[in-house]
Amino acid sequence: MKIHEYQGKEILRKYGVATPRGFPCFSVDEAVKAAETLGAQLATKRWVVKAQIHAGGRGKGGGVKLARSLDEVKTCAEQILGMQLKTHQTGPAGQQVRRLLIEEGADIKAELYVGMVVDRVTQKVCLMASSEGGMDIEEVAANTPEKIHKVFIDPVAGLSDAEADAVATKIGIPVASLPQARTALQGLYKAFWETDASLAEINPLIVTGDGRVVALDAKMNFDANALYRHEDIVAMRDLDEEDPAEIEASKFDLSYISLDGNIGCLVNGAGLAMATMDTIKLFGAAPANFLDVGGGATTEKVTEAFKLMLANPNVKGILVNIFGGIMRCDTIANGIVAAAREVHLSVPLVVRMRGTNEDIGKEILRDSGLPIIAASDMADAARKIVHAVSGK
Amino acid sequence: MSILIDKNTRVVTQGITGKTGQFHTTMCKQYANGANCFVAGVNPKKAGESFEDIPIYATVKEAKEQQGVNASVIYVPPPFAAAAIWEAVEADLDLVICITEGIPVRDMVALKDRMRKEGRKTVLCGPNCPGIITPDEIKIGIMPGHIHKQGRVGVVSRSGTLTYEAVGQLSDLNLGQSTAVGIGGDPVNGLKHRDVLELFMNDPGTDAVIMIGEIGGSDEEAAAQWYRDECRNKKPVVGFIAGVTAPAGKRMGHAGAIISGGKGTAQEKLDVLESCGIKTTKNPAEMGLLLQSVL
Repeated sequence: MKIHEYQGKEILRKYGVATPRGFPCFSVDEAVKAAETLGAQLATKRWVVKAQIHAGGRGKGGGVKLARSLDEVKTCAEQILGMQLKTHQTGPAGQQVRRLLIEEGADIKAELYVGMVVDRVTQKVCLMASSEGGMDIEEVAANTPEKIHKVFIDPVAGLSDAEADAVATKIGIPVASLPQARTALQGLYKAFWETDASLAEINPLIVTGDGRVVALDAKMNFDANALYRHEDIVAMRDLDEEDPAEIEASKFDLSYISLDGNIGCLVNGAGLAMATMDTIKLFGAAPANFLDVGGGATTEKVTEAFKLMLANPNVKGILVNIFGGIMRCDTIANGIVAAAREVHLSVPLVVRMRGTNEDIGKEILRDSGLPIIAASDMADAARKIVHAVSGK
Repeated sequence: MSILIDKNTRVVTQGITGKTGQFHTTMCKQYANGANCFVAGVNPKKAGESFEDIPIYATVKEAKEQQGVNASVIYVPPPFAAAAIWEAVEADLDLVICITEGIPVRDMVALKDRMRKEGRKTVLCGPNCPGIITPDEIKIGIMPGHIHKQGRVGVVSRSGTLTYEAVGQLSDLNLGQSTAVGIGGDPVNGLKHRDVLELFMNDPGTDAVIMIGEIGGSDEEAAAQWYRDECRNKKPVVGFIAGVTAPAGKRMGHAGAIISGGKGTAQEKLDVLESCGIKTTKNPAEMGLLLQSVL
């Protein structure tokens, strides 16, 4: 699960990480009021107006602006709020900006990068730090990997003072600011661990003119499997930022992801679902979605899966690929027939079914009177649906 | 021959009284020598009772003392599953197979750290895996037994139904399996591709291996590089990687199946496998044929 920058900063502040003062705003009026409130103590006489969307790369897309007066705050807020912000992470349509963060401007002396993920090889939380803050860290990793320093953190001991100081020194934090850097790094780790985060990133972490170490940005993602023990984080979920089809799917315990192609696929199992998508591509077309109906598919679930796929106007055909292990093919077949009738299916449907009660399943499909195209294996299924969709 | 499990394995089921645990225990008991292998269950609240003549004990330790169990299979719900694994590790079982899907990553990080620090020898398979099967001897897990066939091909995979797909293709070609191992789709887990590959390379009952991977992480690459650089007893290995069409940054069902920071793409993995002498196919319908071609 993802959250907004301002929510990430709220969490980090709880763990002692310094951030600029700021307020989330939902309207231009609120933005101006927030700027006024901040203004009374503002040394820099600068405000930053930041679009709050879940995607990164907001600055380049025009979603982050510096204002030097309250009038400018108003102008920037008017420009950003409601815009379709396009970044390398939003896709070509962009994401509508519904929330702003108004912050005090910072006196930046150095821009650094710190991030945390769970490293799969060492099976520990990995702190990554670099002197190259504010940049796309993936580019830094690709071009100058020696500029990224890693610490694999012991889950019992946590990030030690010595480790924190050593990495802070490597990324160029001055000696006088080391105590502050230690607080920031240890706070970041504690926040990561205690909230079951899957990603935590501060880019940039800055050193100010007066030597303070401040998180100028905050990005946090959370382990979906651990949300049951974090009500406060679940409350931060912003459904406006998520794909409505994916939200709908999750209500029925379906794992669904929208893609760009025109062939809907319904598969049981994540690995087989990916393999099915790959096979469609191999035969010259593209999948419209990833959809795993899981192990316990009922008629209701299959019907919902069909509705989801068909809600996408790009879908010109559907491929169902089921390897019935514990789930029986006859159950799935009944679900497919019921679903096809309920949604008045008007696009070609190819079904490949294998495993337990496969013969009964195929009989149900055949006797349904529906124009279902049967396939013998995955390749055959992909070939047939690509053929049916392209009309060749 | 086989790896990890055979007809003499004695299994305790943790979570035997839940709906999933009961269903799969029944299926496993009915498969091959299952009735002699599934000898104990654990549930502290139901100790002294039994399920289908399988005695239930309060702890794994007690099940080991009373029934001589050396392996465990876990169906315990996610919030309690890591503790269940630890209980089996603490009882010094040889093997723990955790089927449970949805265990928080942090719980697994803490568990694996503790296992390493205490030098525990218990082998963990999973979590979020279909289990392990040695055809015609024993099945520990949720895979459909009937698609398997005894033979000399090893199968290792991160995904459940994709493993069944490979096994089905092999059986159709009359190529039986020595053992099929599902290592699971979580980012922090026990057995890795490399570990299982090594076991197969050293198993006299295995002639060739199908290694099935997917996007995310670098386990498949590590296995392939081990095979190229260190494996002394090389047997043919073929591979398939799912997720050529998967977009970056999106979790494809499995918690571990995600391309992040431009790393862990299917193409990258396929290239490494090929460069290490592992033949690959981009057509998952041809995994069995590819294996046949290298025999």
